[in-house]
Amino acid sequence: MNGLEASETGAGYAGEAGPRGPDVRSDCWIGLTPTASGGVQIELESTVEPYYGDSIRELLGRGARALGLEHVEMRVEDGGAYPFVLMARLEAAARRARPESNARWLPEMDAVATGSTRRDRFRRSRLYLPGDQPKYMLNAGLHQPDAIILDLEDSVAPAAKDAARLLVRNALRQVDFRGAERMVRINQGELGLADLDELVDHNVHLVLIPKVESAADVQRVDQHVRALTEREVLLMPIVESAAGVVNAAAIAAASDRNVALTIGLEDYTADLGVPRTEEGRESLWARSAVVNAARAAGLQAIDSVYSDVEDAGALRRSVLEARALGFEGKGCIHPRQIRVVHEAFAPDAAAVERACRVVRAFREAEARGLGVVSLGSKMIDPPVVKRALATVELALATGRLAPGWEGEARGGRS
Amino acid sequence: MTAIDARAAGMLTNAAGRLVPAKINGRETVPFEGVGAHRPGGRKAGAPIRSASDYPSSGDKRVASLREALERCGLRDGMTIGTHHHFRDGDLVANALFDVAAEMGCRDLRWFPSASFPCHAHLIQHLDSGVIHHIEGSMNGPLGDYCSHGRMRGMGVLRSHGGRWQALQDGEVHLDLAVIAAPTADFFGNATGDRGPSACGLLGFALADSIYADRVIVVTDNLVPFPCLPWQIHGNDVDFVVEVAKVGRPEKIVSGTTQVTKSPDRLLIAEYCARFVRDAGILRDGFSFQAGAGGTALSFGIFLEQMMKEAGVTAGFVRGGSNQYLVGMLEQGLTPVILDGQTFDLEGVRSMRENHGHQNTSPFTSYNHHGKGNFASMVDVVILGATEVDVEFSANVVTHTDGRLLHGIGGWQNCLFSKCTILAVPSFRNRIPVVLDRVTTLCGPGELIDVIATERGLCINPRRADLIDAVRGSDVPLLDIHDLRREVERICGGAPQRARTRDQVVAAIQWVDGTTIDCVRAVRE
Repeated sequence: MNGLEASETGAGYAGEAGPRGPDVRSDCWIGLTPTASGGVQIELESTVEPYYGDSIRELLGRGARALGLEHVEMRVEDGGAYPFVLMARLEAAARRARPESNARWLPEMDAVATGSTRRDRFRRSRLYLPGDQPKYMLNAGLHQPDAIILDLEDSVAPAAKDAARLLVRNALRQVDFRGAERMVRINQGELGLADLDELVDHNVHLVLIPKVESAADVQRVDQHVRALTEREVLLMPIVESAAGVVNAAAIAAASDRNVALTIGLEDYTADLGVPRTEEGRESLWARSAVVNAARAAGLQAIDSVYSDVEDAGALRRSVLEARALGFEGKGCIHPRQIRVVHEAFAPDAAAVERACRVVRAFREAEARGLGVVSLGSKMIDPPVVKRALATVELALATGRLAPGWEGEARGGRS
Repeated sequence: MTAIDARAAGMLTNAAGRLVPAKINGRETVPFEGVGAHRPGGRKAGAPIRSASDYPSSGDKRVASLREALERCGLRDGMTIGTHHHFRDGDLVANALFDVAAEMGCRDLRWFPSASFPCHAHLIQHLDSGVIHHIEGSMNGPLGDYCSHGRMRGMGVLRSHGGRWQALQDGEVHLDLAVIAAPTADFFGNATGDRGPSACGLLGFALADSIYADRVIVVTDNLVPFPCLPWQIHGNDVDFVVEVAKVGRPEKIVSGTTQVTKSPDRLLIAEYCARFVRDAGILRDGFSFQAGAGGTALSFGIFLEQMMKEAGVTAGFVRGGSNQYLVGMLEQGLTPVILDGQTFDLEGVRSMRENHGHQNTSPFTSYNHHGKGNFASMVDVVILGATEVDVEFSANVVTHTDGRLLHGIGGWQNCLFSKCTILAVPSFRNRIPVVLDRVTTLCGPGELIDVIATERGLCINPRRADLIDAVRGSDVPLLDIHDLRREVERICGGAPQRARTRDQVVAAIQWVDGTTIDCVRAVRE
């Protein structure tokens, strides 16, 4: 794409990066050529020139020097790129111009980007964000997904992979995802390992590994991550092929950092050579196999995405069906899907009430030091208690239950 | 600029602390004195007394062409001409009118439109050539840009819809001539906008002109036998009727600002607004609301409709701009009445013809501040937009942060008098902050703006302790406006540079009472 862009515009730059054209929003194109003398020359055309023209020139001048470009001619066509985007595009252009250079230019790690995650948190919704589209990143957290996925795989064109990686890295350091779990979907194979080299140290919570077909696929990523950082980075393998489904149990058990297992149905149905249908009979077995493999390894089972963003009713039916099969999460490709997914995963009133009674009985038994939980004349099995605890937690998270529910209920009785 | 320098430059400081010109196009201004402070005096202006003896007893006031009508009205240099924006970006009459005036060799005309749109960029040639001296009226798009660059010879004057009525009624603007594009009319001059091949809804913005102008021309492309029913404009106020091939493109009234948003962030703002209205207890039987044009405001209506159904609540009335969504509420019985000031789509036009509860209003009934009350202050909650807001809750609707004049005031200032005024805005747009420490141009004082609703949550004006109390316990995210501004600056990379303007004042911004609240200066090239 780099060479193509240059020949199309007729201007030869040693390195260039970013989208170009009158419709570019919240992003920019930068072309540059290192020179022997003359300092940093910046030619800027920006939709935000009256507001940030001076500050953009100052930032890029600083960046050029940080990247070891003491003398450079640079052209910038800006459609309102935020600073972390300008920085990523400049670095990408500089690295394409001089692939041998090791210079990096990191934006500061903002306090909003430093939160942590837990293995057992909800992963009902995960919002896919194309890794080379900054305009979707800034406000993604406002829609309150359980997780955001900065995607470097299918949503990024091959020629834009290296630039997208820097954009994702900078977003991880600067963007406030509002407590959403910070996931990155890396590429397959060697490219994915290179993604990790650039990214994993920037508070990535979880790595989605695409097109996993064997335990070795997971272990390769796991080992690579462990070599790069001491932080515990969680893993979610994606099974997307017939072979992957057959090996689902081994894949799920391949690493103690696995927390969830998911399935990609577009690729899976393509592998089978059948169309993906609304009712999904062609993938029922595979989905059940993934649920079973996940459960066997103590992982969450997470369903694929639902791709018709206009049809909230069909999305809801799809989530209810997934939930009935044993899935605990669904992929989202549009922010408006998140609410629908959360509501469909929320327990109904009768289930919440039943779960509350069980949890109360369990707490009373605990308080009295009893080994056996009973409700009225019935003994409650431990799995029932476990499920009730999960239901209560889900009810609290979805507003189906008020935070002080235990205290109030006790107060009411005394 | 110090106070003495300012006075020397012909500027005065008003009660909002803004420097405004002491004179606008030669006429002395009254600087803004504060909300509710200015009291008018005197009697209303009036059109000259006419005699039926001078008009055909057959009632037939048709003339052969617009040119003949203009000649017989005595159009001459320096006159003031009113036109109206019922067709929004589909108007054809204003352009035709000034083309004829140019042919006639007229110069230095003052154009007094209720609003201008991009379709009126055609008139730039007549501004350049001297046919039009200047524009007093909202300038949307290219004409605003033209004015911003200091290319107009006179000073632009921007008024709200209510302020336009007030200026005519109070005699601040004397209208020599009104040219009214009418989708249906009879030969006597009775006219309506709700039917005919170019139906656009109502003609409320032309009503004041028909009452106060010296001469009135009705231009129509659908002449019907007398009497034209209903008569939104009285033929008794009309001098001449002209038939033309086409007065406007009604499909263009759905232009830009009247489509529902698909942006998830704007939908989020709309939803927060609706939840706020519900949780603050405003949503109750008999309540009223108005949502302006703009995708976010329209989406608010859709969320609100859902909540009304869930709560089993019906409104007492809603105020238009009518559109298909308000019409849906009317036809489902969720409100008995739409008080309509402007139709925003063709469903609104249809409903106006068919539904008894779809009632025409005018800037007089809805908005005029120099009357014995108006409807706007009776509305329980209104959702409006803005180009900028600031930490004092003041807002701008006419300029961008770079100082360019690109939008009109519309009914915006008048609507601020609602019991609860919500400005629904993104906190930034493509790296341009909307929440600032101080708005570039002051159009609405903070004391009238109760809530600023953004995708990051709602800021309630600290002056409205009652609203803050009312939403306690709601899960609508609330935040301090200073914190919001800081977050926006963090994201955008600091506070934006201030607009680089010249000293030349290119437009004055009038408050609803005819005082001057701020002005716009020429931008640097």
